[in-house]
Amino acid sequence: MQIYLPIAEVSVNAFLLLGIGGIVGILSGMFGVGGGFLITPLLFFVGIPPAVAVATSANQVVASSVSGVLAHLKRRSVDLKMGGVLLVGGVIGAAAGVQVFNILRQRGQVDLLVELCYVIFLGIIGSLMFVESLRALRKTRNGALPPRRKHNWVHNLPLKMKFRTSGLYISVIPPVLVGLLVGLLSAVMGVGGGFIMVPAMIYLLGMPTKVVIGTSLFQIIFVTGFATIMHATTNRTVDLILALFLLLGGVIGAQIGTQLGTKLKAEQLRILLAAIVLAVCGKIALDLLLQPSELFSLSNSLGGM
Amino acid sequence: MRRLALALFLCLTTPVAAEDVVASLSSNAVEITTNFDGSEILIFGAVRREEPIPLNAPLEVIITVEGPSRTVAVRRKDRVFGIWANTQSYEASDAPTFYAVSTTGPFDEVLSDANDLLYGVSIPRAIPQVALGTPDQSAFSEALIRIRQDEGLYQYNEGGVILRQSTLFDTAVQLPANLVEGDYQMRIFLTRDGEVVSSSQGEITVRKVGLERLTYNLAQNQPLIYGILSLLIAIAAGWLASVFFRLVRG
Repeated sequence: MQIYLPIAEVSVNAFLLLGIGGIVGILSGMFGVGGGFLITPLLFFVGIPPAVAVATSANQVVASSVSGVLAHLKRRSVDLKMGGVLLVGGVIGAAAGVQVFNILRQRGQVDLLVELCYVIFLGIIGSLMFVESLRALRKTRNGALPPRRKHNWVHNLPLKMKFRTSGLYISVIPPVLVGLLVGLLSAVMGVGGGFIMVPAMIYLLGMPTKVVIGTSLFQIIFVTGFATIMHATTNRTVDLILALFLLLGGVIGAQIGTQLGTKLKAEQLRILLAAIVLAVCGKIALDLLLQPSELFSLSNSLGGM
Repeated sequence: MRRLALALFLCLTTPVAAEDVVASLSSNAVEITTNFDGSEILIFGAVRREEPIPLNAPLEVIITVEGPSRTVAVRRKDRVFGIWANTQSYEASDAPTFYAVSTTGPFDEVLSDANDLLYGVSIPRAIPQVALGTPDQSAFSEALIRIRQDEGLYQYNEGGVILRQSTLFDTAVQLPANLVEGDYQMRIFLTRDGEVVSSSQGEITVRKVGLERLTYNLAQNQPLIYGILSLLIAIAAGWLASVFFRLVRG
């Protein structure tokens, strides 16, 4: 069944859109990532103009994150206080990121920057997570106890605050900075930033993996919600019909993903996410390194990306 | 330039034409609905003449359909430090989003090069040149045409017009699914020996209707309301899915 999208002005198969939404929803529920890093390239692939793909996937991520957060709230695995602190940094970062994006767009090299950002961040985070979770998995198999959480410089900063759900008593400075960085990158890369947020919360802030996912989803709702409004008012590139199909698949996927997530061990979950992140990274890197079959490309001038 | 040529040509030919075109369309409006999957328009007509059919050269018919023009950026990738990156880009300010040429025979035989230049019929002549004055502008123009031809947006349809007894003709033009809304200009040329002897023009309106129209208008005219609406729908969908799955699990 073909569907004509009024803003994208292309006709696409409805089941394909439902499928893309579903896959990304499953990932979102399982790992607490928004899925923007996956859905945006998938939409390019089915022929949606990049500007519309970026804006609309932000809207779709809101839906799957709401669905995921509600499931996590029931299980009390959302640290609302930590989420709020992260969000303070996130909003400031996103506002700054929009400015950076506009400056780069005027210079005409925003495509390359976005792709390089993807390769660098996905590559670093993917390999770090992969190595770490592989090591953790091997340790638990050998029957050794997981290592005690170490005290590092993060715990010696001022402005300490108690985060009960996470079982942490740390300074608010690192979470605000993490939020800031994620907000900045998400505005530049057009994603929710869960794939940066999740490892940062685990490794930098020392939060328990089960709490991390719900909390990440919680803050993604606000960052991507902000992005949706920005795209709708400045570029007019949010396609509601496209979003409807994506989020129909997405919300169902998110519920399935949340259930799957509870059945897997934290290390297995992380290894799986690392593998997906590395696969996307590898695909984008290959596109940059191999000679494309068509050297020329067309884009309407309003599409920034 | 082309419009001027056309106006000039109309002044010159209309009074002296021995053969005239009378044409019509299967429908002069194409509606883009939610399940729009491309469309076919039938263009047909007849040649009206006051005198007997001239016998010197066979009559040929050329029909073009041109979509609304939009600015398009053509970019070229080059290898920079081992990475394929966009290095050069030029804008074609009014390239038609759709252009189809249907003829009764091979294009070179039905229209002379001089006439093509005058009326702007063939694809390269109908599409404005990209980046005039740059050293490799032809490469950019060719790329624009090549990519759009691959997508079915620019079409040559040689032999697509059927002409019966030098009088009745018809053709079907395929409009692709990714159609842009606007006014589509139709031109019909009658040629003999590569020279245009008569021409006619028409218009096809392509527009979004129903839900498509509503969504598009809201996004353009009330972007903030549209953005908030998108958000609310997303939140409601997420919440409904959560409630639904809780009920299912019981």
